[in-house]
Amino acid sequence: MFVKVNSKRCQGHNRCGSLAPELFDTDEFGMAFPLYHEMLPPELEEKARLAADNCPEYAVLLKK
Amino acid sequence: MDETKPVEDWTTDFNIFDPQYSRDPAPFWSEIRQTCPIAHTGRNGGLYMTTSYNDAQRLVRETDILSNRQISIAPMQADKDLLADYHTEVNPPITMDPPESIAVRRLILPFFSVKAVEKHRPYTEALCHQLIDGFIDQGECDAAEDYAQQITPRVIAHMLGIDETRNEEFVSWVRGLIEDGFSDFDARRDNLKAMTTFFQDMIEERRRYPTGDYISDLITKDIDGAPLTDKIIVNLCVLLLIAGIDTTWSSIGSSLFHMATHDHDRKRLASEPGLFPSAIEELLRFYAPVSPGRIAMKDLEYNGITIKKGERMMMNFPAANRDPAQFENPDEVILDREQNRHVAFGIGHHRCAGSNLARMEMDAALRIWFERIPDFTLTDPGAVTWSTGQVRGARRVPVKF
Ligand code: HEM
Repeated sequence: MFVKVNSKRCQGHNRCGSLAPELFDTDEFGMAFPLYHEMLPPELEEKARLAADNCPEYAVLLKK
Repeated sequence: MDETKPVEDWTTDFNIFDPQYSRDPAPFWSEIRQTCPIAHTGRNGGLYMTTSYNDAQRLVRETDILSNRQISIAPMQADKDLLADYHTEVNPPITMDPPESIAVRRLILPFFSVKAVEKHRPYTEALCHQLIDGFIDQGECDAAEDYAQQITPRVIAHMLGIDETRNEEFVSWVRGLIEDGFSDFDARRDNLKAMTTFFQDMIEERRRYPTGDYISDLITKDIDGAPLTDKIIVNLCVLLLIAGIDTTWSSIGSSLFHMATHDHDRKRLASEPGLFPSAIEELLRFYAPVSPGRIAMKDLEYNGITIKKGERMMMNFPAANRDPAQFENPDEVILDREQNRHVAFGIGHHRCAGSNLARMEMDAALRIWFERIPDFTLTDPGAVTWSTGQVRGARRVPVKF
């Protein structure tokens, strides 16, 4: 699984960063970016799903 | 029109000031959502409101048509041209539209980042303890008036570098502006004047003697090379003061109301503190306080209705949070809800700039309350009161412990 943040949609709610700090960080304006650009280790997939399922802007994208 | 006459049809004549609606609006939203999800009323000078999650998601992104310059749905003087007589810098950035709003937002987002607000956690926690010290021996208090409402004005005043001895004055200005000011034009004007004068003086003082606080920093900033005008700085500070106070105290007060009235949730949270993060999101969803307004800058055709230029619409984020199409068992509080894309802080370009602060304050206030007072119930259910309108929340929550 790969994880991406659509920076056009992200508004800095920080739901992903608080649910999955291993996977996301934020810039000085609170906008999220992913920490992994390569394939996620399988043990982090569940966290990635949680982050995607809680983003009110639908900005966290998961790819198989 | 008579604003107090009973409602016959909630889809064509809704009344957000109806006492039954303010106690529990969810059944009304459900009725409206099923028959005509975008409702209209002739009250409040004419107003639409959304009730579904999907409509809120879609309409909030129509920023070219649905403008933020009329964020308040306070009744306007009849015959006033709502579009002509209004300036976007009234309370920047909330009364601006993108792209103008974005530049101003960027001045406040770093100030409210997670890291920045965490620095104020020790102050917030000490304050919570001090408030509880004041009433714990009496075995009862008002969880809204004596606790929730005492926290948020002090924390934001502290963050803005305002002299804390002037706290009571601040609270009375904010209340005057938001609560009484809704129907009382004079109260609105007088309280606003007191606040703007205060900040104008503070700006002048910081120009002479910078203290390194937020206002000292703001006066050195520019937008695309143009220095910020005093007017923008003052109005921005007024917004930070208003936006952070009664919104967050509503959420804290409603959360404590919930826990006082739901034994199972109260015991569960007291014994499983690991639930705080998801419980806070769930309480934000369920008791979401804020419904901002919009005004149409041109006609908008949407799902078979036409919102005409100059008409107003209330983005009902609290109702979106109860939409069964988005949330399983929406009218139930589920402390460990896993999928919770709630929109209590709004969505899109005006996402609450203070959401990290609000979450920190809720977290500190609820954790410390539960540490010290894990078991509590209402003293008198009939004495609970709710504010209504665009910021809804529990205002009196007398509890015993
Ligand atoms: C639980 C508490 C809070 C809730 C539910 C809440 C809710 C909201 C909502 C729904 C909006 C969007 C308005 C729109 O779409 O037009 C908003 C905007 C805003 N809020 Fe909050 N808020 C809360 C606490 C705070 C706090 C503590 C502050 C900090 C001072 C704050 C500052 C702001 C500001 C500055 C905006 C305007 C952002 C912009 O227009 O770009 N809020 N809030």
